[in-house]
Amino acid sequence: MAVIDRLSWARTAGARLTTPLHPDDYLSLVNPLWTARELRGRIERVVPETEDAATVVIRPGWGWRYDHKPGQYVGIGVQVGGKFHWRSYSVSSPPKRDGRTIAITVRAMPEGFLSQHLVGGLEPGTIVRLALPAGEFVLPDPPPARMLMLVGGSGITPVMSMLRTLDRRGTMPDVVVHYSSTTEERMIFRDEVRELADRHEGLTLHRLHTDDDGMLDLADLDSIVPDWRERETWACGPAPMLDAVEGHWESAGLEESLHLERFTVQRDGDGGEGGTLHFQNSGKEIEVDGATTVLEAGEQAGVGMPYGCRVGICHTCTLTLVSGTVRDLRTGDEHDDSNDRVQTCVTVPVGDCTLAI
Amino acid sequence: MAISDVQEYTHLTDEEIDQLGRELDALRAEVEESRGAADAAYINRIITIQRSLAVAGRVTLFASRWKPAWVAGAAMLGVAKILENMEIGHNVMHGQWDWMNDPEIHSSTWEWDTAQPAEQWKHSHNYIHHQFTNVLGHDNDVGYGILRMAREQKWHPANLGQPVYNALLATLFQWGVALHDLDLEAIRKREKDPKVLAKQLRQIKRKISRQIGKDYVFFPLLTAATGPANVVPTITANVTANLARNVWSYMIIFCGHFPDGALHFTEEELEDETRAEWYLRQMLGSANFEGGRLLHVMSGQLGYQIEHHLFPDLPSNRYAEMSVRVRELAAKYDLPYTTGPLHRQYGQALRTILKLSLPNRFTSSDQHSVEEHREVGRGRPSDAERPGRSSQTGGWSSRGTSVRGTA
Repeated sequence: MAVIDRLSWARTAGARLTTPLHPDDYLSLVNPLWTARELRGRIERVVPETEDAATVVIRPGWGWRYDHKPGQYVGIGVQVGGKFHWRSYSVSSPPKRDGRTIAITVRAMPEGFLSQHLVGGLEPGTIVRLALPAGEFVLPDPPPARMLMLVGGSGITPVMSMLRTLDRRGTMPDVVVHYSSTTEERMIFRDEVRELADRHEGLTLHRLHTDDDGMLDLADLDSIVPDWRERETWACGPAPMLDAVEGHWESAGLEESLHLERFTVQRDGDGGEGGTLHFQNSGKEIEVDGATTVLEAGEQAGVGMPYGCRVGICHTCTLTLVSGTVRDLRTGDEHDDSNDRVQTCVTVPVGDCTLAI
Repeated sequence: MAISDVQEYTHLTDEEIDQLGRELDALRAEVEESRGAADAAYINRIITIQRSLAVAGRVTLFASRWKPAWVAGAAMLGVAKILENMEIGHNVMHGQWDWMNDPEIHSSTWEWDTAQPAEQWKHSHNYIHHQFTNVLGHDNDVGYGILRMAREQKWHPANLGQPVYNALLATLFQWGVALHDLDLEAIRKREKDPKVLAKQLRQIKRKISRQIGKDYVFFPLLTAATGPANVVPTITANVTANLARNVWSYMIIFCGHFPDGALHFTEEELEDETRAEWYLRQMLGSANFEGGRLLHVMSGQLGYQIEHHLFPDLPSNRYAEMSVRVRELAAKYDLPYTTGPLHRQYGQALRTILKLSLPNRFTSSDQHSVEEHREVGRGRPSDAERPGRSSQTGGWSSRGTSVRGTA
């Protein structure tokens, strides 16, 4: 820690010499990774996993923390056509304190222009922007004695991070993985998952190719995993699958033991009180309740709101607060300073507010 | 002369003005659509060049007791400061590069290497100057509150000192600009909200102490590492670089609205002004100057002042190509398009400064037709008294300043 303290002291002193810029603004001229202003990473390699999915290995720059929890996602911002576009992807590599790289695994979606770019168009050496790991869909430490992983398609990526961690630590408990994919060929990490299942007595793998055999009927769980009710469960996959799983677990009264990865806001904080939102530059106004985010309100009012991940990690949607108070839905923290930069996708108004857009 | 109605002045019909507005909107949309990787590469390249020059200049000054190093160091630093202020700072703060979605090159986070805090600049320049361009009694850029620049402005014996004030303004330009948003006239009349004033002064004080600390204390002291004899030359080199930037930016800015042909307006013009008429006022009130590509980069593309005033938040590197189209439109609608070589444009501005130091009866107007209007008072209205802002001039925000809804 002493080294870090000294570094931050040196940076503060350096800032007196580089004002109004930051020392990192100059250091990044030498090496683009030598800046912690906006986190950066360099694409080391893009490894094809299936025909339409690839693992992108990134070397993060200054300011990165490698101690992500297995299952968390990171934000990645790629400049395409001059403009930064942000998405979030689960980290597929296991956390390593002494790590040098992180890996995300991305499936190119037919409509997903950025995912296609990541899988097919990223040259090694490209500098991307990064957002620190986030998300509550994580592997507890120590892991529970009995686990069930329900995976659909590219939902394997956070689960892979968990399995690799359990493998590396040698703490594989009794884990059942039920992995659905349209076809065998599109199954990301199929060899590695099978190999892990072969190596670990506690790991049981069920694979389902839904194009041939149809989707998993959750009623069949009783025969596939008879003790599913006793297992702590992680589910990651397409939204309809998650809805079905959530309903099934709720009707069994087991929602406490279910973890879902939905890529939506974790609304841990309280809502706001609502109020009238005034958009200074466009002159538009809208009255909203305390559950409507500033972003949603702006869109309803017809303001051209910037947005990216919509879950509070990429900062694309950030706007300047002119007056009023907003509350962060994730933490309950309130922002009420004029000129505060607020993330509109995760904040709600507490009384009347004015935003500079 | 000052114009109270742009439509009457230009003899255009309602339909023609609307049509001109639509054609300018179309040009705007075309450029917005085509912004891309090449534009992003441009601003990133300029920033890299500017920062490299600043580093090279400062490193060279570690040998500044040796004359050639002093000259090279001051020159590189001066060029870096000019680029930083004009092609980078001014344009980034207008929001010209906000579309890139890069928080490091964004109007809301940018701070520039000059005495005025960015927040105040975005108010006094983006909002007041760009929205109320050349409207007497509204736009403080008309003479910066100390020079009489229009015949309608009441003469005062103090105006006899204009040649001196002008020289001082040129040399101390960044300090003049630093005080720009304080609205000295309102302070004098005791109409300024003391809370707003205190906040603005705090911001200015902090900014100035950091600027002075860097240029005149910390860097000079550091150069003592290569010999104490470098300290004073480093200070003088920094003074020179700041002075060069001041005089240069002063001159470029005075070429924007004060050459003959750039018109002033009276408050009446603002009444019920449509977007198309706002365009028209920007065209009539601004003046370009001609020059090579390097000159335009060094002046932040403000040689395309007309295009900049029509489209303040479009990327500056596109003004050159837009100027061809705007000129065609000016010809089509028989509108003036004021331009000329830099020395002539500045010469005309300087002549006006000198002439207007005297009462009107001693001089004649250099504008094409003379239509003397009633005299206009000094100072500017408060934000509460003027129409709300339009969105295309670039953002600003401050809770200390009252904000009204937009019409």
